Amino acid sequence: MKLKLATVALGAVMAAAPAMADLVVPNLSYRTGPYGANGTQYADGFNDYFTLLNERDGGIGGERIRTPECETAYNTEKGVECYESTKGSGALVYNPLSTGITYQLIPKVAADKIPLYTPGYGRTSAKNGKVFEWVFNAPANYWDGASVAVKYLLDQNGGSLEGKKIALVYHNSAYGKEPIRTLQELGKKHGFTLTELPVDPPGQEQKSQWLQIRRDKPDYVLMWGWGVMNQTAIQEAANIRFPMENFIGTYWSGSEVDVKPVGAGANGYKALTFHGVGMDYPIYEDMKKHVIDPGKASQGGQFVGSVLYSRGMYAAVVIAEAIAKAQELAGTPQITAAQLRDGFEALDITPERLAELGLPDFGPEIKMTCDNHGGSGMARLQQWDASAGKWTLITDFTQPDQDVLDPLILEDSEAYAKEAGISPRC
Amino acid sequence: MFYREAGDFKTSYRDDGQTFPIKLDRWGYYAILAVAFLVVPFVIDSYWANAVLVPFLIYAIAAIGLNILTGYAGQVSLGTGGFMAVGAYAVYKLMVAFPGVPIVIHIVLAGAITAVVGMLFGLPSLRIKGFYLAVATLAAQFFLVWLFNKVPWFYNYSASGQINAPERTILGWAVTGPATTASAKYLICLSFAVLLAWVARNLTRGSVGRKWMAIRDMDIAAEIIGVNPLTAKLSAFAVSSFFVGIAGALLFSVYLGAAEASEAFGINKSFLVLFMIIIGGLGSIFGSFAGAAFLVLLPVFLKNVLVAQLGWPTDLAAHIELMIVGALIVFFLIVEPHGLARLWALTKEKLRLWPFPH
Repeated sequence: MKLKLATVALGAVMAAAPAMADLVVPNLSYRTGPYGANGTQYADGFNDYFTLLNERDGGIGGERIRTPECETAYNTEKGVECYESTKGSGALVYNPLSTGITYQLIPKVAADKIPLYTPGYGRTSAKNGKVFEWVFNAPANYWDGASVAVKYLLDQNGGSLEGKKIALVYHNSAYGKEPIRTLQELGKKHGFTLTELPVDPPGQEQKSQWLQIRRDKPDYVLMWGWGVMNQTAIQEAANIRFPMENFIGTYWSGSEVDVKPVGAGANGYKALTFHGVGMDYPIYEDMKKHVIDPGKASQGGQFVGSVLYSRGMYAAVVIAEAIAKAQELAGTPQITAAQLRDGFEALDITPERLAELGLPDFGPEIKMTCDNHGGSGMARLQQWDASAGKWTLITDFTQPDQDVLDPLILEDSEAYAKEAGISPRC
Repeated sequence: MFYREAGDFKTSYRDDGQTFPIKLDRWGYYAILAVAFLVVPFVIDSYWANAVLVPFLIYAIAAIGLNILTGYAGQVSLGTGGFMAVGAYAVYKLMVAFPGVPIVIHIVLAGAITAVVGMLFGLPSLRIKGFYLAVATLAAQFFLVWLFNKVPWFYNYSASGQINAPERTILGWAVTGPATTASAKYLICLSFAVLLAWVARNLTRGSVGRKWMAIRDMDIAAEIIGVNPLTAKLSAFAVSSFFVGIAGALLFSVYLGAAEASEAFGINKSFLVLFMIIIGGLGSIFGSFAGAAFLVLLPVFLKNVLVAQLGWPTDLAAHIELMIVGALIVFFLIVEPHGLARLWALTKEKLRLWPFPH
């Protein structure tokens, strides 16, 4: 009986959900739980860019954009619930910021015909658009990051990593395991040995891993961490006096929330990134005028300009560009999710276009085609300056080693195609 | 006046011993079954299936399983998440290895494999009891999740350690994989839930269940009157793990479609199912359903009210939701320490006498 009452009440609630004819880009965010500190900044950047477009340009092509938010807490079951509750509202594209949720959604979006945009996370082999028709992960993915990090180390060592020891500290989940295969291949190619050190999520407990690092004395440590795991690892590294300049985090282990708790000990820590950081971009003048000063910023704009805020904004920029492209292709501002997919596939964000958007040299050129859903894969490194309290970019955009990555992507995507019964297109 | 029992006489032991001895209850039960099987599948949409009813039914199966072990046989277990993982990985390996065999057989086999694993981890229960046994089953939880993360054979050497459910059909209807319709998902979970609840109900009121309850109430006395603790305890572990394994198999193959051991089957899952049976009522099949409904539906309901109706920020709503659920758990347990099932039984007692209580 209780169940019946609850379902009746729930039905009343669901029936009252509003249906509007805007462009709907759901924001599957997380602002709570062990990953909340990171997720909240990303979600703010994502919201604020669309607010800027609405306030300044009246939306995209005259259509206003709505970003209904849904809290996933980085939990796959809640992610499924959020996907199901928002997809009926005319959702155009999903960006769940969780590799676990992405794995859930990859088959679902193919059945529902809604694009999934996962910049810098998700399933790496989704780069192969022949198999993953509805998934896009430009500008860079995990394997690109691993390769760019190794390339950087090669440069540091005069072109050879022969006999070096590299340790990988990773989040023991689909996300953290992603780079292992690439790093193993790269290890074979360049002659370094790879030690894998899994950290069980959420990752506050890492004493034994860092004890092992202290004992083995690897030359470099790479980290695939997220949420509280990052700051714990950087703190532990500082505790064992591991040289910070030899410690490189992936895209998701290099934000202010990760290094600030460690204070001066984090000085010199490096991380990968695929976009610029800070507020020295012309777009922030508009942002200040239209979004922050009128008080329309998400959460009051407390994180504007941070690494993860910039990344959320960058994801929104790419989605907005894809929407504009799709409107152009479809000849109507009211596009459907399937038309947006075509827009993604024809997307070409040139450096000139980025400068036009007020973000000169912010990200690499993004050009997607039917078989390449991952762009160029270029990434760069940034380093933390603890006294100034900011990240500085230390390399230019670097090409990953596609000779190693392409066969791996082909192998993994073909295995998926076989498992899921997909015949490659293009 | 709600219950009109005049003239509802029992003339045989069989009538007297049935699950729903009151006619009105019996009709209510048939009506609910009829609606669940004949009406809901035609009106259900994918939100209702995926966010509400499918998880409710799957957790109800898991809760019945744990209730058999903890509520009826008195053996505390914190390994539910690990046993659900066994069910999920077993069904995955079976689905991939034998694509031609019907999925229902795979799900039942996954339950059987979990039963064997559960018996193995139930062996310590012959020596230890109470909190000590809880710690031993906690070890099962951590060991099993570690195992499925560590040994690549279980996830078929995929790069990310994720398992994905391929598409399988029953009579031409997809029940796993992305093309599954909402009603197919709902119907397979409903069929398993109803069938297993029926089995559990009949096991627990027969000689097997009475042995379990004798062990629960006082194991030495039970042994003296001729209950073999070895078979009673191990059969409780086996049956319980069978149910939990089926819940895990359905959770992975029908509901989620993709899973990884530490995220989907962590210690939180063990606690969640344990809370379900504590709130629902130990030693009650209805309580398992009520507890699952409480912990699955309430968060979704609150989220819809707070975010969609009141327009609160999602993070504030998520925090308030945790506080409300927590407060309600404390409230219900203070009002009725024996759970929702007991609360329902008392309500029914009052309704039967209303409006002339004596």
